[in-house]
Amino acid sequence: MKWEVVIGLETHTQLSTASKIFSDASTAFGAAPNTHASAVDIALPGVLPVLNRGAVERAIRFGLAVGGTINTRSVFARKNYFYPDLPKGYQISQYEIPIVTGGEVPIVSPTRGALRVRLTRAHLEEDAGKSLHEDFHGMTGIDLNRAGTPLLEIVSEPDLRSSDEAVAYAKTLHGLVRWIGICDGNMQEGSFRCDANVSVRAAGSDELGTRCEIKNLNSFRFMQEAIDYEVQRQIELIESGGSVVQETRLYDPDRRETRSMRSKEDAQDYRYFPDPDLPPLMITEDWISRVRAQMPELPEAMKTRFMRDYALPAADATTLTADRELADYFEVAAKEGGGEARIVANWVLGELSAALNKADISIAQSPVSAPQLAVLLRRIADGTISGKIAKDVFDAIWAGEAQGENAADTIIAAKGLRQISDEGAIEKIVDEAIAGSPAIVAEYRAGKEKAFNSLVGKVMAASKGKANPTQVNAILKRKLG
Amino acid sequence: MISGTVAQLVADLRAKRLSSVELTRALLARIDQAQARFNAFVTVDAEGALAQARAADAALAQGSAPPLAGVPIAHKDVIMTAGLRTTCGSRMLANFTAPYDAHVVTGLRNAGTVLVGKTNMDEFAMGSSSETSWFGPVRNPWNTDYVPGGSSGGSAVSVAARLVPAATGTDTGGSIRQPASLSGICGLKPTYGVCSRYGLIAFASSLDTPGMFARTAEDCGLLLNAMAGHDARDSTSLDRPREDYTRDLARPLAGLRIGLPKEYFGDGVDADVASAIETALAQFRKLGATTVPLALPNVKLSVPVYYVIAPAEASSNLSRFDGVRYGHRAAKYTDLLDMYRKTRAEGFGAEVKRRILVGTYVLSHGYYDAYYLKAQQVRRLIADDFARAYQACDVIMGPTAPSPAFKIGDKADDPVQMYLNDIFTVAGNLTGAPGISIPCGFDRRRLPIGLLIQSNHFAEAKLLNVAHQYQQATDWHTRAPAEVSA
Repeated sequence: MKWEVVIGLETHTQLSTASKIFSDASTAFGAAPNTHASAVDIALPGVLPVLNRGAVERAIRFGLAVGGTINTRSVFARKNYFYPDLPKGYQISQYEIPIVTGGEVPIVSPTRGALRVRLTRAHLEEDAGKSLHEDFHGMTGIDLNRAGTPLLEIVSEPDLRSSDEAVAYAKTLHGLVRWIGICDGNMQEGSFRCDANVSVRAAGSDELGTRCEIKNLNSFRFMQEAIDYEVQRQIELIESGGSVVQETRLYDPDRRETRSMRSKEDAQDYRYFPDPDLPPLMITEDWISRVRAQMPELPEAMKTRFMRDYALPAADATTLTADRELADYFEVAAKEGGGEARIVANWVLGELSAALNKADISIAQSPVSAPQLAVLLRRIADGTISGKIAKDVFDAIWAGEAQGENAADTIIAAKGLRQISDEGAIEKIVDEAIAGSPAIVAEYRAGKEKAFNSLVGKVMAASKGKANPTQVNAILKRKLG
Repeated sequence: MISGTVAQLVADLRAKRLSSVELTRALLARIDQAQARFNAFVTVDAEGALAQARAADAALAQGSAPPLAGVPIAHKDVIMTAGLRTTCGSRMLANFTAPYDAHVVTGLRNAGTVLVGKTNMDEFAMGSSSETSWFGPVRNPWNTDYVPGGSSGGSAVSVAARLVPAATGTDTGGSIRQPASLSGICGLKPTYGVCSRYGLIAFASSLDTPGMFARTAEDCGLLLNAMAGHDARDSTSLDRPREDYTRDLARPLAGLRIGLPKEYFGDGVDADVASAIETALAQFRKLGATTVPLALPNVKLSVPVYYVIAPAEASSNLSRFDGVRYGHRAAKYTDLLDMYRKTRAEGFGAEVKRRILVGTYVLSHGYYDAYYLKAQQVRRLIADDFARAYQACDVIMGPTAPSPAFKIGDKADDPVQMYLNDIFTVAGNLTGAPGISIPCGFDRRRLPIGLLIQSNHFAEAKLLNVAHQYQQATDWHTRAPAEVSA
């Protein structure tokens, strides 16, 4: 039997506000336990929540970015359950009326190509604290620093058909929330975490199979592994005559398997009701317009523009627009650099990305700035240096051997790297190479084409790489011919 | 001095006929003597009170004193007072010291009042008799076999027994107006949102309203001036221009239209109560008011609606009392669930548990629509009734409670009978509109009877005007329990 996999993701993105969603405590990560917990966060008697408008604005930004409906009236509700790291005994969330309804995220599926993943909704809510089970000798410690951190929970429709697609969606979403500046995307710190709803069904069927929810996937690799494991588990279960039980499961990355956490029967009745401490959230058209006016160009639009304006292939445009800083870097370099934008893209995605990866730093921390790269690439275009020499100059700028926008020129001058294009000078070096390598010349003349490259190498070495390669080729051909 | 109203005491203090220390000492002595009989206080802060009194006297001497400088008051123990035990009448918080002041406490501190202590109350403000406190029942100074009403019974008694000239309370279904009525004093529940709820230990958030007890309407206005005002820490606090709630006190009542809903004058109202209300209405007519018959067809649904919404909100609001961070925690338990169960079983009394159970039930999956949602719909219908009524009248009058005080223990085992005590007051909480109860007579056992005056939202100045004019023409508000003179 052929199986079809059906996946929907719920993604918790931590919004990048300085203070919490309902209190003025800091959201900074990594502070000593309970030092970023105000009276509201620890739920002292008598305290009340006050909504952080910064969190609302970020949710509006998201709604605009995905083309969803910003609900001008949305309602905060209480989700009631007991847990030690949930200080009020309820989480303030949005239930019946979320701030954003609908919307789409365009992704590129490895199997199905470009497609648009539909969103069900996105709603604002507060995070819980943390239970610390180590170091307390049979007791549990509670850290409420994270309690009240603003989250936007983004719920997708079950539009994904493989773990690859789920990861592609999650990566695109991850890029998007960082792109529009609403989330720092730091997955180690839990700023972006996903729950995956996974089910399988007979290929061609319209009905959804029974789903399991895998909680708290905080890396793309774990997401892929967990979904793959879960799909296999469900298929084997059904094929061996069993049936999938709706439940919540946890992924154990050490054992690479998902484990049952609680079944639907154990599911709690959260007794949602509108929070009487918070009036309905009213968002005026004016507010939406102001947020819209500040929206950056979105990745999809930028990708299309890069393909059109810079004649980039789709693959390059997609990679460049996966990250806003990368895209901005490219565009600065492309605008200032002479010559083809394609070469700029090759450099940004090739030399620069490799160097960044090797140093394990982000593009924002790159020692070679976009204007510096632009000047360097202009020197290739105008024939001052060859592409090969340019790589040495790049390394020198990276190493900090020169500063300022014109670092490339400084290094070229200091190291005498200017390309030799003088016909006579090159001819002289070529003559010396021919004279000094009679055996190779003989091989070439005997029909061994490779020997020609060997002679080119000699000439280039003799010129310390500075001879114009095109001229060297032409002169050598003529002299040997 | 002991029977002085806030207005009189302010005048005496300013004229240096009296010092705050002298007054505070006298009242502290009375509180001390009265405690065994009335059990009105949970905590008395004699030292703190005298320090505040000395500061007030210093400010008065310098002529820079704020409006209520040196006037001793008490706060209901549901209201957070920094550095002072705040118990909510519950074992759950029996040893809980508040780390901050409620907004209304700050307002009254800034106005110069002297806080003498915290008053006893029904546990978590749930009750109409002040019998459910972990610290024992409060007794009515007019007859200590009787309840003083509730839930703010301790505050009502402290004012009725002349232990303080004024005290704060909270009113969720009648918890200020009903004990004011049963204890023979004035109790004002302002419009929801006029006084911040910040620092009130929440019972039912959409209904909880801070207010005050005093012996005159004028005094209520003086306290309201200090307690009202926008507070950014409460998202339901209203941002309105400041007003002087005493500005209209002297206005004559000629032309005042008093609405009389037939639902407030039917069966179930005690004969002595009905007769006292009629006498009061006759007095208002003498003052130039006219009466208009009214119907509020949905108001009979107020109590059932209230007993869905209030417990629903309470069940959620009281979840934070879990033994994890503060308050009572069971001494022995086997695991987390056992800790929760034992802590809450020990920490909460029977009435609180009953309401948590009811509230949990009405919010449960499959029942939410039939109970909570339906109740919210009816709540709107009740508000519509009142909105229509105020097109034909300026204020609505009737009895505050269907009967005078009942004996301690009489209704303790019959929650429904107990709940019916709030039948005339709960509508004000459901609509958010203000109401004041003022004394208007006694029954044949010499237990006080209260007149409920209600108005449209934000008409506190009108309410106080109407009550004040009545008090200028009558002397019910000056009567003191025999206990006091004894």
